[in-house]
Amino acid sequence: MPVEAHIKERPAYFHRFDAVWTPTVLVLDPDGTERLRIEGYLPKDEFRAQLEMGLARVAFMRKRWADAEQRYAAVVERYPDSKVAPEAVYWRGVSRYKATNDHTALGDVPGQLEEKYADSVWALKALPWSH
Amino acid sequence: MAVQWNTDADAALAEAKATKKPLLVDFSAAPA
Repeated sequence: MPVEAHIKERPAYFHRFDAVWTPTVLVLDPDGTERLRIEGYLPKDEFRAQLEMGLARVAFMRKRWADAEQRYAAVVERYPDSKVAPEAVYWRGVSRYKATNDHTALGDVPGQLEEKYADSVWALKALPWSH
Repeated sequence: MAVQWNTDADAALAEAKATKKPLLVDFSAAPA
């Protein structure tokens, strides 16, 4: 559900949602809790990838683990070269672990990150899960 | 497909809650 807040027409919304720069895009969950904030311009595919990360986060925070895993997997598949792809690999693994309570779901993640995103901070974060 | 933008955040928040759908809010200063 999209809401447009132009600085000249809805200045109060900037204060209400702590928007201090434009463009700013928020993804809120159905209860109005912020789950993603994008500040500044992004190229089209990077923007789409980040938006989908926001929707995946909404699903994750609502404990819809299968939906979240599917959404993170879609980011990895559709936007493998985006800046958020390694983060999506990480959270895809976490979502699977949450869904199954099987810790081996995390064991594959370091290798997946090392293979394509070795320089990302998410590869470092997944290191403790290495076999 | 054209996006149907809402400019009333409170109405959109109420609808999001009722329909259990997430909300996207776009803050802009671009010329109309």
